[in-house]
Amino acid sequence: MTIEPLFSIPRSTGMKTVTITFEGEPLTVPAGINVAAALLVGGAHEFRTSVVGQVPRAPYCMMGVCFECLVEIDGVPARQSCLVEVRNGMRVRRQAGAVDLVDINCGENHG
Amino acid sequence: MASQQLTVVGGGLVGAAIAYGAARVGVRVRVLDQGDVAFRASRGNFGLVWVSSKGGGMPRYAQWTYDAAKLWPTLHRELLSLTGVDSGLLQPGGFWLGFSEAEVAARAELLEKIDREAGGIPFKMMEPPELRQYLPDLGPAVVGGSFGPIDGHANPLMLLRALHKGLREKGADVITGIDVEKINRTEASSPFDILSKDGQRWSSDRVVLAAGIGNARLAPQVGLSAPIIVTRGQVLITERLKRFLDYPTNKCRQTREGSVQIGSTSEDVGLDDGTTTEKIEWLARRAVATFPALARARLVRAWGALRPLTPDGYPIYQASEACPGAYLATCHSGVTLASAHSLILGPWVGGVAGTPPEFDAFSGDRFAGPKASFSHDH
Repeated sequence: MTIEPLFSIPRSTGMKTVTITFEGEPLTVPAGINVAAALLVGGAHEFRTSVVGQVPRAPYCMMGVCFECLVEIDGVPARQSCLVEVRNGMRVRRQAGAVDLVDINCGENHG
Repeated sequence: MASQQLTVVGGGLVGAAIAYGAARVGVRVRVLDQGDVAFRASRGNFGLVWVSSKGGGMPRYAQWTYDAAKLWPTLHRELLSLTGVDSGLLQPGGFWLGFSEAEVAARAELLEKIDREAGGIPFKMMEPPELRQYLPDLGPAVVGGSFGPIDGHANPLMLLRALHKGLREKGADVITGIDVEKINRTEASSPFDILSKDGQRWSSDRVVLAAGIGNARLAPQVGLSAPIIVTRGQVLITERLKRFLDYPTNKCRQTREGSVQIGSTSEDVGLDDGTTTEKIEWLARRAVATFPALARARLVRAWGALRPLTPDGYPIYQASEACPGAYLATCHSGVTLASAHSLILGPWVGGVAGTPPEFDAFSGDRFAGPKASFSHDH
């Protein structure tokens, strides 16, 4: 559910941008920022559902500690989106609950 | 007779379990706890409730461990209803998994010996096809295993929390930040005079030393001896994963919340509770050989914890003859034995129950004398 964003990034002339998708919807964001920031600017409020209680979660610490911002990036599950830089064409999806080891098929890219 | 004052030195899993067990039968209990500066074996514990293969050199210990596993559900239910804190007990049975025929044969021999000498400790040896009925993701490197039907696991942190909350519910006095320096036995009616490093002082009718590594220093003050070796266990924790492992094993276990805990090393490195790349790699390789799917799991943490061990690896439970009313409790299986510590040791050290049967086996006197030489078994 992308709705009105709570955050914004001031635009400056000549700023480079990249386009990623979140749940299939394109988002054009400044290059060089992390995925969590990009999703927040794009209005994402729900990044994942929690493992035990299955309730919606969003980033908390933005510095790699809390593991609340987990998303699936290019098919790789449970990545800490605050620690990954956006790249043109990146496909981001919500992380639904816990990682299923049996379903993972991402070879050397995982991690 | 008014109940006596019992002071337990140490508020980790061993001290808290004993203290809770005394408090629940009406003893006035005080716990003197060192606090977070302590080397907390309780907070680095692997979390197994484990009977299999314990006590190969001491049948009484095998029985004690088996009794503890059978008493665990009682303690778990009582703490849950009293405190609302779930210690996380699951006892579906547990697996030991071997990588070589020789290892599996030695395992079978050991479990038969323990079963015979301790008078019935059930187990079952299994070949890989049977193991896979329980552990479908088992890797080809595993050539055999054993199943202990009463083995299980719990959450050590929640158990510690439940015991401490239970202590408060039962009116015990838990004092933290206390480094006990000196214990004297006097002629006073309440004979133990306990002094902390910062100059605080308590008197007590009875005292139990449950200070883990600290017991080595304190035991001689009450006429006992606690020879203690420190071993380090390193453990790895994965991200939370969908359930794939329904049973705890000797290589890893999946917690109720989904993390896989991979352990554990046993190293003699003195008072160093750090982690090393070499051991982390060894643990990770061993876990992936056991369950290849784990190669795709991410690790989020590793830790080292120090465990106090006696020279033979078995506990010391002993009443002091020189200082009546003083007791020593030293062991490394604070989770497995928590139930027995509460329900059996607590009333004994609190003076409301007699010495449990055949407890001479646990006396530290076995380490005295020139011929005493041991290799630890745990």
